[in-house]
Amino acid sequence: MAYSEKLIDHYENPRNVGSMDKNETSVGTGLVGAPACGDVMKLQIKVTPEGIIEDAKFKTFGCGSAIASSSLITEWVKGKSLDEAGSIKNSQIAAELALPPVKIHCSILAEDAIKAAISDYKTKNGQGEVEAAE
Amino acid sequence: MNELKAKPIYLDYQATTPTDPRVVDAMLPYFTEKFGNPHSRNHSYGWEAEDAVEVARDQVAKIIGASSKEIIFTSGATESNNLALKGVMKFYGKKKPHLITVVTEHKCVLDSARHLEQEGYKVTYLGVKENGLIDLDQLKAAITDETAIVSVMGVNNEIGVIQPIKAIGEICRERGVFFHTDCAQAVGKIPLDVDDMKIDLMSISAHKLYGPKGVGALYVRRRPRVRVIAQITGGGQERGMRSGTLPTPLLVGFGKACEIAQNEMAEENARLTELRDYTLKRFRDRLDDVFLNGDEEQRVSGNLNISFAYVEGESLQMGIKNIAVSSGSACTSASLEPSYVLRALGVDEELAHTSLRIGIGRFTTKEELDEAIDAISTEVERLREMSPLWEMAQEGIDIKSIEWAEH
Repeated sequence: MAYSEKLIDHYENPRNVGSMDKNETSVGTGLVGAPACGDVMKLQIKVTPEGIIEDAKFKTFGCGSAIASSSLITEWVKGKSLDEAGSIKNSQIAAELALPPVKIHCSILAEDAIKAAISDYKTKNGQGEVEAAE
Repeated sequence: MNELKAKPIYLDYQATTPTDPRVVDAMLPYFTEKFGNPHSRNHSYGWEAEDAVEVARDQVAKIIGASSKEIIFTSGATESNNLALKGVMKFYGKKKPHLITVVTEHKCVLDSARHLEQEGYKVTYLGVKENGLIDLDQLKAAITDETAIVSVMGVNNEIGVIQPIKAIGEICRERGVFFHTDCAQAVGKIPLDVDDMKIDLMSISAHKLYGPKGVGALYVRRRPRVRVIAQITGGGQERGMRSGTLPTPLLVGFGKACEIAQNEMAEENARLTELRDYTLKRFRDRLDDVFLNGDEEQRVSGNLNISFAYVEGESLQMGIKNIAVSSGSACTSASLEPSYVLRALGVDEELAHTSLRIGIGRFTTKEELDEAIDAISTEVERLREMSPLWEMAQEGIDIKSIEWAEH
């Protein structure tokens, strides 16, 4: 498959690979996808008391598009408020990386991952309103 | 992606093989000065081409222990498989409307079977054991008075396992059922003898054994006679079973390729087996959680199908651009389904997504393999560092215990 330069760059030099302590209250963790489907994303955010995402980390099992989508979204959410990060759409990721149609689900997974991480953070910090996220 | 670097190391010999230069040399005169139509009976151009075709027919027959009169030339194994299954069922199907095949067969066999099913014929798809081989008792139980033909491939294209062809042939002969075997991946790789193995029809492909693409053959037994209804009609060439002008240069190449393969098989197999075992050992020495798919013993010398757990196959391939291999991962296919062959073995879906097929052959060197092993291992290590599943495995979490939301 022919991929865009941006996608290949994120695959070859992924940003923010790693893990944070999921038990810390300032950390929200999203784990989405399924091994049987060929992709699993773990996305973590570290949130300041003011509600700003100061750091993000990911680990992904999946194809090059899945790795690139998760790498890209960790870059995008840093410095954003939870609401801003939660409003990122998969279509923006797909457009930025020029994902081929059969790989659109990778960008959807990345969107699900950030929503799941935000939801996890909010639940931990008693901000109740669990939205979306699987 | 577009910049052209040094040519990648070719490790995909089950997909196709380069045409052997000796084969090309044999073919060349038949494009230019010896260009006659082998069916032209009135002049020396035709006779010359016909002679060449008959030499090729002998060479192809010889490698499977057949008589040259039993070789029907086709465009390749896909056509041969179509002709064998559809041709036999359409001739014998009124009385015997049942066909038996196996779930791990090549798509062209399975698709022919599916088309026959749509036309009202009955098909039984045998499963395989964990090692990729069929259960002979299951085969015996599946044969009925209505069974016309059993079709089981000699060597699987994905996992390289060798089916017990001789035993299958004996069962079929005893029960009065024709035995067809797709030997596209077997001819030239393992010794074959249609009489000893009681094979009634066999599909052969030239480009899998260092011959040219676009040509193959169907062996059709004459005693006891097997009848097939032609799928391509016209001038009645190939004893009426396959019309169309024979492609003389391709046939000359096909014949030469068979001759070379037959002469060099024993020596070549010893060399490839050593390289294959060396490769597997080096992977296992360096990496944990490396699984060989398909039987380790009943396997052709040129095939390794390996799952590198916790690393998805397509992402692995992206990281080893300098190595041409195949993956059983879903992401390399348009369907997004992982390999149906690996699934049939009962390989976990997640492991099916992590498989790589490494095919070695006549022109593979140990140096190339060393380079490939290093590159693949390095990439597996890099991607595992990035894999949440690897992380969980290291923490002792069973990934099967997690409730995944399948999407």
